[in-house]
Amino acid sequence: MDKALDVRNLSFSYNGKTVFDNVSFDICRGDYFGIIGPNGSGKSTLVKLFLNFLSPNGGNINIFGYNVKNFPDWSKVGYISQRAISFNMSFPATVEEIVGSNIYRKAKISGLFTANLKKQRKEKVYNALKIVEMEDNAKKLIGNLSGGQQQRVFIARMLVNNPEIVFLDEPTTGIDAKSEEAVYCLLAKLNKELGITIVMVTHDIGAITVHANKIGFAGNKDVKIISPKDEITEDLIDELYGYKINIHLNRHECTTCYRNAKLKNKTGGI
Amino acid sequence: MAEIFQYEFMRNAFIVGLLISIIIPCIGVVVVLKRLSMMGDTLSHISLAGVAAGLVAGVNPVAGAVTFSILASFGIEKIRKSFSQYAEISLAIIMAAGIGLAGILSGFVKNSSAFTSFLFGSIVAVSRFELLTVIILSVVVLFAFIFMYRDLFCITFDEESAKLAGIAVARVNFIFMLLTAIVISISARTIGTLVVSSLMIVPVASSMLISKSYKETVIYSIVFAVISTISGLIISFYADVKPGATIVLTGVIILLLVMLIKKVFYTLHIRRDISKQHNSQLE
Repeated sequence: MDKALDVRNLSFSYNGKTVFDNVSFDICRGDYFGIIGPNGSGKSTLVKLFLNFLSPNGGNINIFGYNVKNFPDWSKVGYISQRAISFNMSFPATVEEIVGSNIYRKAKISGLFTANLKKQRKEKVYNALKIVEMEDNAKKLIGNLSGGQQQRVFIARMLVNNPEIVFLDEPTTGIDAKSEEAVYCLLAKLNKELGITIVMVTHDIGAITVHANKIGFAGNKDVKIISPKDEITEDLIDELYGYKINIHLNRHECTTCYRNAKLKNKTGGI
Repeated sequence: MAEIFQYEFMRNAFIVGLLISIIIPCIGVVVVLKRLSMMGDTLSHISLAGVAAGLVAGVNPVAGAVTFSILASFGIEKIRKSFSQYAEISLAIIMAAGIGLAGILSGFVKNSSAFTSFLFGSIVAVSRFELLTVIILSVVVLFAFIFMYRDLFCITFDEESAKLAGIAVARVNFIFMLLTAIVISISARTIGTLVVSSLMIVPVASSMLISKSYKETVIYSIVFAVISTISGLIISFYADVKPGATIVLTGVIILLLVMLIKKVFYTLHIRRDISKQHNSQLE
């Protein structure tokens, strides 16, 4: 199977503290990879290393066969940062502006007169908004939406370039249980129906063990790969974290329906 | 022709005022949304130190202001990275350095009136050379802003995602800091270092109260800045008061009016909703 991410002998230190020491694992195309672990274990750092925001002290990270430092096409990569989620609520921008701002620029500095025609841009924005069923809110100010709706806008923003792999850093922080479930179900659909590889940092062990086909536990300077279907147990989670955690594995259900329509039909081949 | 336009110095003042009130809010919107509202104050204090240095060294004080502002803007960016969670610290540090330098260097300036003219500016006393400089730089700044419009928006909203969207974040930030330094330095000569930062923030604040998108925020900010500059110049001419200070005070009055009008509309809107609900209950 094609590798989406290939991590080989990764080592990373920050302020003299070793976060990862000689870590190796891979993620295949179409995987739904959940990253769990205690606070400060390096979950977000790992995502930043994948995205070349941080440079490893040793080892290599390859995305779709290319070293992350020389990866030629970042439009294939979507990302929702923790910072985007904790954005300034009074930021005066519409949903359309926010989603559109993420359209990949081929030129290093893009302007009004480059090839990104207005109509094409709008089409891309509305296609992405359709997937998350937010097209009716395109002209609304982002700050006027509920937490769950804002989350869907960020997912649309992540999808606007038709990515093949997406990285999400705790995307359900600060939203209610119903909206959280909707986000998980939407991501599961994106993974199953569009084949998008998902890499997600989360603290929600109960939900991620249902949806992900591969779990990476970050801790003790390592990333331990676990199969959520066969290997993961409540006792193992307690052992990895080093303390008792009250979780209910495999009891997360998707009840939120996204019009039950196939995403491929709606987006015109996103 | 109205009396005010019979004088060449007033015609020049209007041209300079109009251009500055178009370019300052363009920079101001990004500065405010990046939560660096003190940037204008900081760079204007540094530019004052540059003016003093220019006067002491016997070179053009505006060139001194531009040089000091550019160096300071890079210093701000460098310190901002070291205190990423406390961006305003970088402004406070550079501002402190600016005030200190301006204080010491001003002591060596022989012609103190030349130095103090930069505090409130002298928009009605711009020379032909200064007029030409303002026109050229305004065109450059405006084109650069339009060219980087979407990139600046994306960086302002989420710098990390901007990198993945193919934006050369460091380059755009570098150019933006350069533009900010230039705008503040040329504005310092005309409307004064003490008021330039106000013109950068106040129209944006008024705009944010009523705008329904980022684009509207930029457009309304320019409109408010132009209104306050033109009316400020007219008032200052007839009332014989300092133009720079009048422009800023007009801006503050516009902000208060927008707040008042918004409050009135909001109250009327709520009352209308309540009476609608009441009527539907009666039916």
